[in-house]
Amino acid sequence: MLVKKRLLILGAGLVVTTLALSGCAGAGAKSQSVTLTLATVNNPQMKDMEQLKGTFEKENPGIKVNFVQMEEGDLRAAVTADVASGAGQYDVVTVGAYEVPQWGAQGWLKDLTSTLKNDKSYDVGDILPPVRDALSVDGKQYAVPFYGESSILMYNKEMFANAGLTISDHPTWQEVAADAKILNTADHAGICLRGKPGWGDLFAPLTTVVQTFGGAWYDSKWKAQVNSPAFVEGVNFYVDLLKTAGEKDPVSNSFTECLNQLSAGKVAMWYDASVAASILEDPKTSKVAGKMGYVHAPVYKTKESGWLWSWNLAVPKTSKNADAAEKFVKWATSKDYQQLVGKTLGWTRVPPGARTSTYSIPEYKEAAKAFAPITLDVMNSVNPKQPGLKPQPWVGIQYVTIPEFQDVGNQVAQLVADAIAGRTTVKEALDKGQVIAQAAGDKQK
Amino acid sequence: MTTTIEVPTATQVHRATQAGIAHKKKARASRALVLPALVFSVILTQVPFLVTIYFSLLNWNQLRPSEIKFAWFKNYAVVFTGPDFLPSLFATVVITGSSVILSLLLGLFFAVLLDRKFVGRGLARTLMITPFLVMPAAAALIWKWSLLDVNVGMVNWALHLVGLSAIAWNTDLPVVTIIMMLTWQYTPFMMLILLAGLQSQSREVLEAASVDGAGPWRTFQWMTLPHLRQYIEIATLLGSIMLLQAFDPIAIMTKGTGGTKTLSYLLYERAFIGLDVGQAAAFGVVTVAVTIGVATIALRTLFKVFINGGER
Amino acid sequence: MRKIRSTLITAATWVLVAIFFFPIAWMVFTSLKTEGDAASIPPKFIAALSFDQYAIVFNRGMGSYLLNSLTASVGSTLLVLLLAIPAAYALSIRPIKRVQDVLFFFISTRFLPAAASILPVFFILKTIGALDNITALGLLYAAMNLPIAVWMMRSFFNEVPLEIVEAAQIDGANLRTELVRVVLPILLPGIAAVALICFIFSWNEYFLATLLTTFQARTTPPFLASFVDGRGQFLAVLSAASTLAVLPVIIAGWVAQKQLVRGLAMGAVK
Repeated sequence: MLVKKRLLILGAGLVVTTLALSGCAGAGAKSQSVTLTLATVNNPQMKDMEQLKGTFEKENPGIKVNFVQMEEGDLRAAVTADVASGAGQYDVVTVGAYEVPQWGAQGWLKDLTSTLKNDKSYDVGDILPPVRDALSVDGKQYAVPFYGESSILMYNKEMFANAGLTISDHPTWQEVAADAKILNTADHAGICLRGKPGWGDLFAPLTTVVQTFGGAWYDSKWKAQVNSPAFVEGVNFYVDLLKTAGEKDPVSNSFTECLNQLSAGKVAMWYDASVAASILEDPKTSKVAGKMGYVHAPVYKTKESGWLWSWNLAVPKTSKNADAAEKFVKWATSKDYQQLVGKTLGWTRVPPGARTSTYSIPEYKEAAKAFAPITLDVMNSVNPKQPGLKPQPWVGIQYVTIPEFQDVGNQVAQLVADAIAGRTTVKEALDKGQVIAQAAGDKQK
Repeated sequence: MTTTIEVPTATQVHRATQAGIAHKKKARASRALVLPALVFSVILTQVPFLVTIYFSLLNWNQLRPSEIKFAWFKNYAVVFTGPDFLPSLFATVVITGSSVILSLLLGLFFAVLLDRKFVGRGLARTLMITPFLVMPAAAALIWKWSLLDVNVGMVNWALHLVGLSAIAWNTDLPVVTIIMMLTWQYTPFMMLILLAGLQSQSREVLEAASVDGAGPWRTFQWMTLPHLRQYIEIATLLGSIMLLQAFDPIAIMTKGTGGTKTLSYLLYERAFIGLDVGQAAAFGVVTVAVTIGVATIALRTLFKVFINGGER
Repeated sequence: MRKIRSTLITAATWVLVAIFFFPIAWMVFTSLKTEGDAASIPPKFIAALSFDQYAIVFNRGMGSYLLNSLTASVGSTLLVLLLAIPAAYALSIRPIKRVQDVLFFFISTRFLPAAASILPVFFILKTIGALDNITALGLLYAAMNLPIAVWMMRSFFNEVPLEIVEAAQIDGANLRTELVRVVLPILLPGIAAVALICFIFSWNEYFLATLLTTFQARTTPPFLASFVDGRGQFLAVLSAASTLAVLPVIIAGWVAQKQLVRGLAMGAVK
């Protein structure tokens, strides 16, 4: 019995000590001032924001901002669980263009429309219209873009010249495939395309290819179209291109992996996010700086085929410090912030694709002349309301704006990865994918 | 509980008499000693498990909070009639089974090598156990980027040195890739337990055997292996428990393609990609039931040490 | 002949050990390179080395994450020992009914995949207001490690000769002195082994930490993952962060290596 008593005392002591310790930590942070907790994705632009947060804290004494950076998948898991359950741990969250309209419609995010409009110096009209459309539901804006991107074709001018090839400003996929086969040598691959199974990895570029081949995930009545002839043709084209002229081990590869290979001069072409250009043009990390050319996304049956994506800042309804959170969100997406980044970190690091005025800053135009004009041009010419040949019942290009899509996209991507590896055929993979997609489509009716 | 009839040994008889005297008092004291751990375990693991069972009966997608309702066994119907469960169970058996067996064999091999006396043995052992100490998430990233990458990876670079062409690991050999990485991480663990077993062998008996003219292989086969049996059983049991939960290499390298969607990855996918709380819970409950079923059979037949060790 | 063979075996052993250790050595080497060199194709064996990446890691506040990891790991390990030692003692030495069932219960709690239980845990912690709380995380780690600890400790106790305990009892020693004076000293290597294993598992835990903590209680593994850059080169800085994160466990493992082997040898089986 004595032992038990002793154990209890020891145990209680331990719990009290730890509680006291954690209590102290909590109390220290809370005293008077406001501490914002911000969840964000681990991209370089976000890291720049963390580096510059001191300026905001100096301008707004009493507000402290803590950054919690996560890998994309973890961010989705953690923020979704928090926001959906109303746990309210985060004051500012980084949300993708795919989630904003869904979460906004659920009433999970604070409606920012009037705050943004009433602040003349913020100039909300300056935000790129297609990006702003994607973040609004019924005229209410639930988030502001921190940076945005489309997809473009990037090519190594030196390799093209050596092979005696040229490329037009609006190439077709057939031209690109023919060039890729010529450029595919022992030393470098013809083209880098994402093959990592994931709706945001493989299926971002692949969905745009499917769309320009005339396919779509769903028709206007939410009937799945995954094994329709056009969808199959598009995926077949993509898989064949990977097999004949693509990079090695495509299933490992997404944005970062392809970026590394491009920077090392191991690939001739790359179809991916426009934001890559600013990194490829940085001579510190890239061997191909100054040697790259940028053109519109390749097409087949449509006029444009680029995707549209933005990482956005939003304030969950459950935030206990909503006023301070809004202040920070506005600061990080303001014109002044862009000046701050340009002046302290360098003009190529200004977050792209969010504001029209970014593209008229003289220093930015000079520093980013290789890729800034085409980025702005493509972002303004893509149509998220109808990216393919037929009308669709959702707004969005490389994704379907329904909760089930990330699951459907991931599972079909795993099946397509099997086809890339040759363990199954594209048709077989997509027949299975059709069943998965139809189950999700049924829930929308 | 199974009742086995055993001939009581002298100690047991002695003990039984002893125990008989103050049995009740001691039993009470014993219960008092086990109780805190038991209560703690029940509260922290069984309460969440009960909540999991409750969730498994709900129709609940995180992004459709207005549609949460009681759905009885609808989620279980999805588990048993859907296409996911059996392939995933199969993947789990293949990946866990191969990793356990391979790391056990390699572990035994290394244990024998590092049991010898040689220059720098302490350092070699130290280096050898390190892979087990590395954070799984970090280990998976290092493997993906520094070792298996088709362009920069050291494995493919080494293959190139000996004149072989590079292997597209994640594309062509996803299952092998995962097994390889898990084997690397768990071989040291197996080695550690088996090395402990080798060291607990009585040197005199081994020397006597060698004087009797038994060769090293025979000695190993007839004396060392039987002695190691219990250690092998423990290593297998602990290794299986931990490898069943392996998640990071799959999430970081293959993303569940090509037969690598194990139950733990499938569960993650249902909960955090599908956002389907109810379905994820149902998969979890079934997984626990299956694992406990298999474990019960394994523990009561193969792993005698567990049973016999229980009553000493 | 014999000597040559022995030398050959030794050489082979070293080669194999080097292969197994190579990934870790390469990680440390990469952490000292620049990002450009780290991502270079083909790999660079000679490069300018510096501690720049480590400076970056610390500037981002690695210290507080390491401290949280330490609190959660040490706290949970102590709690586990506190609960497991008496339980294992009773299960091994004292008569108790249904020993197997109790042991099996302890082991079976390890079978629930973290991904299945994490949402229920999240909602429970949310309800009681214990999200982002290092105590809650430590308690969960203790629950996670308790089964293996009880199970291993019981094996160690089985190794204590019954005669010693009985002698102590005849001497009139009561339960407490029996436990503390007689049994514990024999058990110390075993306790060290269990403590180390619990510490390793808690230190390396990623899943619960990612979902159940945000900032105040965030531990090292989720922070580490934030160095994987979705948009650029990160191999060198990730290696530096990994090296730092792994270092405490490796040092603990190296220092306690003898205890670990001895502990396991003594108690892994009866």
